[in-house]
Amino acid sequence: MNLSGKNVILHDMCLRDGMHPKQHQISIEQMINISGALDDAGVPLIEVTHGDGLGGASLNYGFAAHTDEEYITAVVNRVKTAKISALLLPGIGTVDHLRMAAGCGVTTIRVATHCTEANVSRQHINLSQQMGLDTVGFLMMAHMVTPEQLLEQGKLMESYGANCIYCTDSAGYMLPDDVTERIALLRSELSKDTQIGFHGHHNLAMGVANSLAALEAGADRIDGSAAGLGAGAGNTPLEVMAAVLDRMGATTGIDIFKLMDAAEEQVIPIMDEPVRLGRDALVLGYAGAYSSFLLFAKRAELKYGVPSHQILLEMARRRTVGGQEDLIEDIAIEMAAAAKH
Amino acid sequence: MTNKLRAVIIGPGNIGTDLLMKALRSDWIEPVWMVGIDESPGIQRAHDYGLKVTTDGVDGVLDFIEADNIKIAFDATSAYVHAENSQKLTSRGVIMIDLTPAAIGPYCVPPVNLEQLLKEGHHSNVNMVTCGGQATIPLVAAVSRVQAVSYAEIVATVASESVGMGTRDNIDEFTRTTSSAIESVGGAGKGKAIIIINPAQPPLVMRDTVHCLTVDTPDQPAITASFENMIAEVQKYVPGFIMLNTPLFNGNKVTISVQVEGLGDFLPKYSGNLDIMTAAGLRTAEMLAQQST
Repeated sequence: MNLSGKNVILHDMCLRDGMHPKQHQISIEQMINISGALDDAGVPLIEVTHGDGLGGASLNYGFAAHTDEEYITAVVNRVKTAKISALLLPGIGTVDHLRMAAGCGVTTIRVATHCTEANVSRQHINLSQQMGLDTVGFLMMAHMVTPEQLLEQGKLMESYGANCIYCTDSAGYMLPDDVTERIALLRSELSKDTQIGFHGHHNLAMGVANSLAALEAGADRIDGSAAGLGAGAGNTPLEVMAAVLDRMGATTGIDIFKLMDAAEEQVIPIMDEPVRLGRDALVLGYAGAYSSFLLFAKRAELKYGVPSHQILLEMARRRTVGGQEDLIEDIAIEMAAAAKH
Repeated sequence: MTNKLRAVIIGPGNIGTDLLMKALRSDWIEPVWMVGIDESPGIQRAHDYGLKVTTDGVDGVLDFIEADNIKIAFDATSAYVHAENSQKLTSRGVIMIDLTPAAIGPYCVPPVNLEQLLKEGHHSNVNMVTCGGQATIPLVAAVSRVQAVSYAEIVATVASESVGMGTRDNIDEFTRTTSSAIESVGGAGKGKAIIIINPAQPPLVMRDTVHCLTVDTPDQPAITASFENMIAEVQKYVPGFIMLNTPLFNGNKVTISVQVEGLGDFLPKYSGNLDIMTAAGLRTAEMLAQQST
C-alpha cells in the first residue's frame, strides 16, 4: 500500500464518541485539557458534544455533566489552530441546536442518519451549507447496506449541500474489503470536490486496518480517538493511526509524540475503565450492533441477570439502528422472563 | 343511525384513504366528499366507495357545503395548504380537524383534552399534533394526572416505510410540535421528543417509550392504575395500543413502553403511527357528533 505523500485529515472523537464510555460525564476542565493537548499536537479537527450529538442530553441516552453549549464554548476558547466540529442526528437534535453550535464557534457540522435514511437530513445540511460551514453527511451503520445503496444515500446528502460524505462503521463490523468497496464506489461516483471520510470502531480490532483501506480507496478524512476513547471497544486509536501514517510517509500535520502524550497523559487518566476489546465489544463487531449499546446492556445485565453479550446479540438480530437504546431494557426483561420458564 | 355528521376528507393519499375506510364504519360520521387536486388512485377509490369527489381542491366543494349539510372536514394534506383550506371551510361553519403539522388550532389528544376542548366549545379548528404525540401524550398525562411531572421525554421508533416525505423534509417539526404538546397537553414542565426510523424488513411495529420525572416520589400504584385506565381509553379507537412490560420506576423516573399496531384498514398494520393519527382524528369527530346530538 502506498500512501506516501498523501494528505490525510485526522479528526479526533474522544470528546464526543468518548462521551459514551464516560456516560457523558467528562468535565469542562478535562475537555479543556484534552482539547488543548490535541491542539498543541496539531490535530486539525476535534469533535465536541454529547455522545449522541447536539441535543442528545436526555433520560434515554443520559444527561451530560454540562450542556453542549458549555462544552463547545470551553473548547473553542482553548484551541488555537484546531477547528471544532459538532455531530447532529436529525430526530434527536434540530436546526436550533445547529445554530447554537455555529454561534459558539463550531465550523464543521456533521449531520448523521442511519445509512438508509439520508432524506431526513435535508433541512440540516441545507442550513449548515448556507451558513458557510464545513458540512459533512455521516451515514451510520454503513455495513447494513450494499456499497450501491450507500452511494445512493451519499448522493442525496451531497445534493443537499454536504461537501464531505462519511462511511460510518458504527458497529465496528466491517473488514477491510468492506471498507474498500464502499469508499472506492463513493470516491468514483461522487463529485471530485466532495471529500470522503471513514469512521471506524475497534470492535474487531480493525480500526487502523480499515482506516488504511479507506485511505487507499480514496478517503480524505479519518476519524479516530486519542487513546481510542469511544463507544464499544472505542474508535480507531488516533495516536496509533498517526504513527502508522507517519511511518508510511503520509502527511497529517500532527506531531505524533505530542499526540501520544495527549493520549497517555490526558485521556487515559480520565477513563472509568480501560477501553478494551472485551466480549461485549467483540459481539458488537461480530454481530453488527451499534457500539453505544454496550454500557446499556451492561447495566441491564446488573439489573436483570441476563448476560450483556446475549442482549447485544439480540439487538443485532432484530436489526436495530442507532438510538434504539430504549429497547435494551425491554429485551433484558423478556430474556429474564424466558429464562425462568 | 340517521343523524350522522356529514364530512369532507381533503387529501386522498394514504392518510386520507385510511381515514375514509375508518369513517365508513362509523356510527357517528358519514364521509360524503373526497377532495383532491388531480385524478389519482385515491380519488378513484373514494368514488368507488360511493363518495362525491372533486379534483379542484377545496374550492370544488365550497358550493355544496350547505346543500350536502357538511359539518366536519378532515385535512390530510400538508401544512402549506392547510391554512387556506381551513379558512375557506371554517368561514362556512364547518369544523376543521387538522391532521397536518400546521397547528393553527389547539392541539387535540382525544383521551386527554378533547372533553375540555368541547366544553370550551368555540374551536372551529383542532390539530392532531403528531403521530408520536398521539401515541405518547396520553401516557404523559396519565402520570401528570396523579402528580406533578417536571420533565417528560418520548422516544418514537417507527418503520422507515411508514414515514412519508412530508415528515422527512421537516423532521424538526415533529420534534418541536411533539415537545410542545408534551408540555401543553401532557402537563409536563418540560418536554422532549426523539424519533428513530428503522428500515428493518419486515417493518417493525411502532414502538414508543415514555420517560417522566416526577417532582415527588412517584406513587407507583396510582400511576400504574392511571396508565391502565389511559391505555383502555386509547384502545377504544386503537385496539392495538398495548403496554410492553410493566411500568418501570427508578427514583423519580417513571418509564413505560407501548407498541402501537394499526387496524390495517388501508395502511399496513405496522404503521400504527399513521393509524393512531387517523383513528384519533375520527375519534375527535365522533365525540363532536355525540355532543351535538
